Amino acid sequence: MSGESVSFWILALVSVFASIMMIVSKNPVRSALNLVITFLCVAGFYILLSAQFLAAVQIIVYAGAIMVLFLFVIMLLNLGAPEALIEKGSLQKPVAVGLGIFFVVLIISSQAILSLPQAVGRPSVTQYQGTVEAIGLSLFDPRQPWLFPFEITSILLLVAVIGAIVMAKRKV
Amino acid sequence: MLEKFNHLFIFPEYFHGIRLPGVVPYIAVLGSVGFILTILPMLIWIERVVLALMQDRSGPNRVGPRGLLQSSADALKLFMKEDARPKNVDVSLYHIAPAIAVVTSISAAAVLPLQNITFEHANGVQFSVPLMAGDVNIGILYILAMSSLQVYGVVMAGWSSNNKYSLLGGLRASAQLISYELSMGLSLLCVIVMAGSLQLNKIVDSQNILPFAGAPEALRGSVMCWYWIRSLIVPVVIYTIAMIAETNRSPFDLPEAESELVAGFHTEYTSMKFAMFFTAEYVAMLVVSGLNAAMFWGGPLPPLNVVPFTLIPGFVWLILKIMGGIFFYTWLRGTLPRLRYDALMNLGWKKLLPLGLVWLFIIAGMNLGTDLLIHQYPGAKQFVPQEARFLEPEVKSTTSSDDFGSVDDNQEPVQYNTPSSGRRGSAPHIKGIPVSRVR
Repeated sequence: MSGESVSFWILALVSVFASIMMIVSKNPVRSALNLVITFLCVAGFYILLSAQFLAAVQIIVYAGAIMVLFLFVIMLLNLGAPEALIEKGSLQKPVAVGLGIFFVVLIISSQAILSLPQAVGRPSVTQYQGTVEAIGLSLFDPRQPWLFPFEITSILLLVAVIGAIVMAKRKV
Repeated sequence: MLEKFNHLFIFPEYFHGIRLPGVVPYIAVLGSVGFILTILPMLIWIERVVLALMQDRSGPNRVGPRGLLQSSADALKLFMKEDARPKNVDVSLYHIAPAIAVVTSISAAAVLPLQNITFEHANGVQFSVPLMAGDVNIGILYILAMSSLQVYGVVMAGWSSNNKYSLLGGLRASAQLISYELSMGLSLLCVIVMAGSLQLNKIVDSQNILPFAGAPEALRGSVMCWYWIRSLIVPVVIYTIAMIAETNRSPFDLPEAESELVAGFHTEYTSMKFAMFFTAEYVAMLVVSGLNAAMFWGGPLPPLNVVPFTLIPGFVWLILKIMGGIFFYTWLRGTLPRLRYDALMNLGWKKLLPLGLVWLFIIAGMNLGTDLLIHQYPGAKQFVPQEARFLEPEVKSTTSSDDFGSVDDNQEPVQYNTPSSGRRGSAPHIKGIPVSRVR
């Protein structure tokens, strides 16, 4: 087994375990921390796929900024593990388990796993397509179609930021 | 004489069948981790002595000469101490928090460029390899990612201790780190725009130039070429303020403000776990000072390219610059009172952040202007070949790993003089590995 597949399986097991723990754990802070572990594992997958820039952005934006804000809010509200959040006697759990089993059976019976495309030859992604330079050049190249959506998205985010400030601002 | 001396530091590529450039990262890992962990007691001693000098008292003077072994004695005491744990803590998070703090802060040191090591190929071609643990394409982003993960150690410690002072300390720390990360990133972005790379060794190389055309060779890579002055001083000021806030040091040490929060997030920690938070804080100081040195103060470059300075190897210069940063920390701690919380947030969001944004615009405009004036097309600067240090001028030099943006020196003028060729100088490099790669 190559080092790549060893790290893939470790990351895969950890990420699946952490995402299950995120749903299962009753404590919101623990859920959030498990989600952070999942994000870090996803960043590890990006590195395995030679997408270094994406991995760094994943850690900085999701694990470093968004989840810290989540934790901040959870800790500020100091939810702990309130009883009200733990639903008793609701149908949610059995229905969820039943639907999950149904879904697994559906996938297996449809043989979707067997019909997945197999890797042929060497992977087409080279070491240089995930670098900052390559992403920047393809993102801002006017001959590529990505420049316009990128700028539109940034304007959308700017509008959202201004909107948040306007909403939160005190009336003068 | 001088050439003989310099030749001592040129290593053969193969030594008994081992390819030496491949060993360099391991040496860097061992060297940097070993250096960080052995310098720590010294750092604490330096801080205490400098603080004592500033406050006109004697400072540590009992253990060893001038109290030099005082911090080692303290470390021994912390090892021996009983590991007391309060009753109602969240056990697993409580235990893992100091480990996270230490691991994230030490691993951030992996991309600091210590110096360039020159190797000689069998056919006589010399090439240099940066002495750093991970010469990754995303260098600065990696440091930012690690420093943004540092907040988890603090937050988890604060929350799991089940103590209101700890919780308040953790909350303050997370708010402070998020706020100052922005201005820190903006100030670093000014340098990145000028250097055209996120790799720290390339940023250092791009400071190793002549300050102006026709300048004497003694000024190559000197103080005047470092980014603190080339980015017009404001980014280095912003970065220095932000780095102090990022490491929770005085005057921004609100997360552990002892007059209001006992000891903040590590109130409930004793013995080695407390020592681990202590270690994490000092290592973080070393790393952000190292980033400051590499980005704004030339990293391993000597202040003047003349003989007594150039004989000293690069990593010594880097360590000296880092120590300068540590002295600055201590200086501020000895002089400034702690900020009020709202003043801290005001400074971060209303002063540093807009200033950083405006300065980024100015730097980008300057960069674009020089590109258009000198090279006739935007983005030219990114592809100017950078010479490595300690090399003869006629020898072609390369760095070892993903030097995606660098180009063969020979084809460089051709690239510049053909402004009509489509993407003009950038597209040909997407194709693959630059020709000049020796490996």
